[in-house]
Amino acid sequence: MLRFIAGRLIVGSSVGLTLSIVTFFLLNYVIDPAQAIAGEDALFEEIEQIREQYGFDRSITVRYFEWFSGIFQGDLGISYYWNKPVISLLIDRAPETITLALMSVSVTILISIPLGILAALNPNSLIDRIALGIAVTAQAVPNFWLGLIMILIFALAIPIFPVSGDKTLFHFVLPSIVLGASSVPAVMRLMRTGLLDVINADFIRTARSSGFYGWRLVFNHALRNALLPVVSVLAVQLGNKFGGSVITESVFAINGLGRLALESILGADIPTVQILVFVFAIIFLFFNLLADILNAYLDPRLRL
Amino acid sequence: MIFKTFIKRLFPRSFDNDIYNLTPKDLIIRKSSNHGGFKFGLALLIIIFLFAIFGPIILDVSPYEQDLTKRLLPPVWKEGGSWEYIFGTDGNGRDYFARILYGTRISLTIGFGAACVGMIIGVTLGVCAGYFGGWVDQIVSYLLTCQLALPGLLLAMTIVFLIGPSITVVIFVIGATHWAFFLVVSRSATQKIKNLDYVTSARAIGASKFQIIMRDIIPNTFSQIIVIFTLEVGIAILNEASLSFLGVGIQPPTPSWGLLIAEGKEAIFFQPWLIILPGIALFTLVVSINMMGDGLRDITDPNSKISEE
Repeated sequence: MLRFIAGRLIVGSSVGLTLSIVTFFLLNYVIDPAQAIAGEDALFEEIEQIREQYGFDRSITVRYFEWFSGIFQGDLGISYYWNKPVISLLIDRAPETITLALMSVSVTILISIPLGILAALNPNSLIDRIALGIAVTAQAVPNFWLGLIMILIFALAIPIFPVSGDKTLFHFVLPSIVLGASSVPAVMRLMRTGLLDVINADFIRTARSSGFYGWRLVFNHALRNALLPVVSVLAVQLGNKFGGSVITESVFAINGLGRLALESILGADIPTVQILVFVFAIIFLFFNLLADILNAYLDPRLRL
Repeated sequence: MIFKTFIKRLFPRSFDNDIYNLTPKDLIIRKSSNHGGFKFGLALLIIIFLFAIFGPIILDVSPYEQDLTKRLLPPVWKEGGSWEYIFGTDGNGRDYFARILYGTRISLTIGFGAACVGMIIGVTLGVCAGYFGGWVDQIVSYLLTCQLALPGLLLAMTIVFLIGPSITVVIFVIGATHWAFFLVVSRSATQKIKNLDYVTSARAIGASKFQIIMRDIIPNTFSQIIVIFTLEVGIAILNEASLSFLGVGIQPPTPSWGLLIAEGKEAIFFQPWLIILPGIALFTLVVSINMMGDGLRDITDPNSKISEE
């Protein structure tokens, strides 16, 4: 088990290292940061001046190593747009995004797992069709539009929830439904097919023949085995929610990392953007690693 | 009904009861004509395509012409609406129907364009990884892990906005961030195909690796690639709409649906149809594409059984 974890850690950190290089070069070489700060109509002299002022005239490798070694010393660079250290921006904004991510994954679990179980227990029934319909719809609805429609219905027409903001947990209900809905199709389908497979397996027939039936059979025998892949997909989805928070946070005006990312992009604030891309990638890698380890822990066959 | 008799006349054998008489092509046609979701999706998509291509030619409407005396007119079914502007007008007095109609073209162009870019990248990498195996496979798998970990939307937003948003840039950036599915599917398909006898015989008569890949392998991965392609078109359309909605994609005054929704957001209290209508358009298009994709998956899967009438 330890060997397995160590192996995964090595792969994960090398991917992280590669991604830091890719991110940095994409945002500093493909895009000219001086041009981005100066704007489109800037004169050549102005761009040159900015280049010298921020040190963009030095070689890109030198700047990369400076940036990357800074990360380990807690120095993530200074934001041009906010005139603040990037790390203080991250610390300010992170709680909102973490709340949103956790709540939206809870929404996904609450909707998709019961629906998936019901659909698998009654294949081709009405409830199965409804579940499939929900999955097809959720897959095709644009996230930001769902957010606006939610505001229209549950904040304007029937004023139950606040329109936008992030003051109380109550403000997070609509955003987490919207963000959570985007993972419902994947998780529900996996739950359904997983449970269907397990129900037809030999050991369930054995359990049934030894007297187990109904919900006890489903919960104690079938569900345990069918949940394995679902748990790991949920962990991956949780990692995805951070990057996915950009849209939801800007629709509902939540001051989290996603909104920070959008504002930094619009302000051509490359230090903040590159840290955010990198941080979201690391978060994703972390949850992926967690899912792998969890899976290996629950299913010893995967440790090989 | 007419459609069915037409098919029957064209392919009389496809309605024989003896399944062993059928060529694979007949089987595909039979399966697709029995698959409700596929037929519905395809029909809807064809209608949308016809609208996008011929709508702007037949109907004499302009999505850019402003008439500030006719701002925010309601659609025809609301009180005060008129047939002159079926969907009303937007905040600048532009015909909202015309804007949604032209938006269809943009969504379709970007959806298909980006899926093509993604397909070229993904299939190239996937077929190479599957065919050559060994260290090539390992490098490609590593690339895949990196691609999956990157926050695609955020990266696309940054690059599109800072390079300078245009339809071409949006197509290439969305394509370049969406090739993972193509890679996975073409890799596993290639691994299966490369050990089949006909590939061995092609090698035996002296075909080069390039010839084998181009003539024997890629055409046979097609049925699986097309399923992914369809689903990726839907994803790319939603991605473009998100980028444009956030203000970092297609720029005004071009009528992208995402942009229309963003502009309508200002009027959410009094003119909610400004966000509802383009959203429905977007949803209809993506649903039709996804239903077709799901249908294609059932149809091209040799193990699937679709009930016959």
